[in-house]
Formats: sequence, C-alpha cells, structure tokens
Amino acid sequence: MRDYTVGGPEAKVAEANGLVDADWYKPKVDRELMKQFMARSNGLAALHVASWFAALAIFGYLAHLSWGTWWAVPAFAVYGVLYGSMSDSRWHETGHRTAFRTKWMNDVVYYIASFMVFREPETWRWSHARHHSDTIIVGRDAEIAFKRNVPFYKFVLELFSFGAFPAELKQWIQNAFGKITNNQKDFQPPETFRISKWASRVYLSILIATVVFSWRIGSFEPMMFIGLPSIYGHWFVVTLGVTQHAGLAENTTDHRLNTRTIYMGPLNRWIYWNMNYHVEHHIYPSVPFHQLKNLHEEVKDQLAPPYKSTLSALREVVYALRRQAKDENFYIQRQLPTSAN
Amino acid sequence: MSDEWTVACDFASVSPNDVVRFDTPDATFAIVKLEDGRCSVIDGLCTHGKAHLAEGFVDGKTIECPKHNGRFNVLTGEPVASPVRVATNVYETRVNGDKIEFRKR
Repeated sequence: MRDYTVGGPEAKVAEANGLVDADWYKPKVDRELMKQFMARSNGLAALHVASWFAALAIFGYLAHLSWGTWWAVPAFAVYGVLYGSMSDSRWHETGHRTAFRTKWMNDVVYYIASFMVFREPETWRWSHARHHSDTIIVGRDAEIAFKRNVPFYKFVLELFSFGAFPAELKQWIQNAFGKITNNQKDFQPPETFRISKWASRVYLSILIATVVFSWRIGSFEPMMFIGLPSIYGHWFVVTLGVTQHAGLAENTTDHRLNTRTIYMGPLNRWIYWNMNYHVEHHIYPSVPFHQLKNLHEEVKDQLAPPYKSTLSALREVVYALRRQAKDENFYIQRQLPTSAN
Repeated sequence: MSDEWTVACDFASVSPNDVVRFDTPDATFAIVKLEDGRCSVIDGLCTHGKAHLAEGFVDGKTIECPKHNGRFNVLTGEPVASPVRVATNVYETRVNGDKIEFRKR
C-alpha cells in the first residue's frame, strides 16, 4: 500500500527520481501578455471580498431572523457555504498574495479566511508552497487530499470534514501548548513555529469564547454562526476541490497530467474565485484569479482539453476514486495535444 | 562573478517594470528595470525554490518569484514576503551609454 507520509520512504524515492523541486512543463506565453496577466488590483479584490462579506451578512441576518423555524435550514445552508466553502478560495488566493496588490490587505483577508475554513494560517502557507513545488509527488506534497487505496465512503465523509476537522483541531491544540508536529517540521521553517502557536491560541480562543457564550445564553445559535459552519458548510468546496487533482497521475512533473481545468458557470466561479482554471493556476501561480480565464484562452491549445462541466469532472473523479480504492495503480491518463512540446 | 564590469544587455531592451534573464557560463542573473528607469542586477535563481526570477513579476521596488510568490526588494536583495527568507545577491549596476552593466559589490 502506498505510503503518503510526508518525509516518509516515498520522499526518498521521489528525490532519487529527480521529482523534488523539479522543472515543470510550461506553455509558451508572450512576456508582455504575461505581465498584463500578472497585474494585481486592490479595487477588484476589495469588490469581490466586499460582495462575499455582504452575502454573509445578508444570509446571516436571515438565518438569525428565522432561528427556531424551518426557514432557518435553508438560510443556514447558504450561510454555511458562504462561510465554510467560499472562504477556501479567499484563503487560497490571499495566501498566494495575488488577490490584492498590497501585501497587508492579502494578509488580513488570509487570516480571517483561514479561521473560517479551519486552517492554521502559517502551517498551511508553507504546506501550500510545498504543494506548488511538488504537486502530487507522493511523500512530498502534504496536500494530497484524495489518496489511492482509500475506501470511497471515507471521501463522502470528508464532505463534512470528518477526518480533516479533528486532525486540524488536534494540531491547533498541540500548537497552542507549544508542540510542533512532524508534518510541520518537514516543510515549515523553525522560525515560523511561533506564528503557528499564536495563531492556534487566538483561533482556539475565539472558538472557546463562542462555546462559552452559547452555553451562557442557553442556545447553540452563536456556534451556528462561528465555528460549526466550517464543518456543515464545507461540503461545497470539497465537491469543487475534489476535481482539482483526484484520480489523475502522481509523481509527474507536468501539471497537465495531474490537474484539471473545468468550465464552470459565473456563480461557481464567484464562489471559487476561478480556481476551476486549476492547471493554469499551477503553471503560473503569479496570475491573479481575475486573469485566469484570459490566461486559459491564451494557452488552452497547449493543454489537455478542459472539462465541459463540473458534473463531467465529478463523474470521472468518482469513477477513478472507486477504482483506486481497489487498484492503486489505476489513474486517469490525460491526452495532451500533439502540437505542444 | 568578477570585479570587472560585465555588459548585461541594451538599456532599451528591458521595459520599465520588467525583468530579463542574463546568463554567463557559470551563473544566471535577473536584470530588473524599475518604473523610474533605475536598473538592478540580482541573482537569477530564487533563494527559496528552483525558479528563475526573470519570469517573475516586478511591482514597485519588488520582484515576485513566479513559483511561490515570495518577494525580494530588488535594490537591497532583502526578502519582503514569504516563503522567501534568505536575501539574494545584488550587484553594483550602472547604465553606461546604452548598455546595462554590473559587477560584484
């Protein structure tokens, strides 16, 4: 059975095979055009973030008004997705610091979104850097969320963070008490451990304060607004996120073979901040969310064909994960255009 | 890198707010031109990961690595955004006629 332990035996195999911090395939793009694609905009990012917070406020208010009635169910369902799923794309883009032009604006949104999506910000910043160095390289990439040889029902449980939430909470508690995990030691510089410790303490304090407040007023309504949406609202981003890499090749140095680009409608692209153009994002992580569609148009002839819809990608993913549960050597082989090198 | 001035490229061949690559037999460099026309030559490879800064994004006095979005101040070499933690080398740079030249500080 494949060992996905970061820094484990597969890491040595990857290093021996030249897969660590390797040179990856890049399509040709005119430099002047690329400069335009890489340009950042504080205004555009602020508009998008404001629209997100406005939607949270509206549906949060509706959820509060409907508390105690059945109308609270759809209201919290939407609020939960805005909180526990939409925060993922904001976390991701501001983590790259490509959303806003100004660094501190990215960092403010990053720390807020990290709490909402239930990720300790410093550890995930470094794990994501590793994910970009060694995308889906077994033993190196700490963000291989959909592993082979795993029963399919476990992926279904992950829609509500059954595995990820307890593991992350455990790390927060360990960090808060000054303990650093082996995973963190593998990809995070020691001088950043104190940030992880303090971020964990602050985040845990917010959660504890919410629980205490709920207990004092005799209602779990506050926890439905803070904390629990990271669980009950997480399913949507798992549904979109599973399409990024699951079922595709491992241990390759070509993002066209281990990553999907999928055409999505405007609502999903607003929620997901255009991460459906995921091949393009991995090849050019300096391109902000609002330019990924334009970048895709420029390079699409050099990539594997994009998926026409989320549903078509999900069908393939479900098929592949079910096969991989029994056969770890199975994966979907993407067809590259013969014109591309 | 010697103490002698090395010609990197024509001044006009680098656009403002841009960077080009320059290679010697034993090293690679990034030639950066700021918006106000000032030029700076720094090591080509990022000190964090295996990426060439000549493919990066120049914004103000900073250059962003194209692979992990770490940033350096191009005039001092100091890291200004993670995951970059180690400063890069900055070379003494001048515009001589229509050429950008540099040498070891």
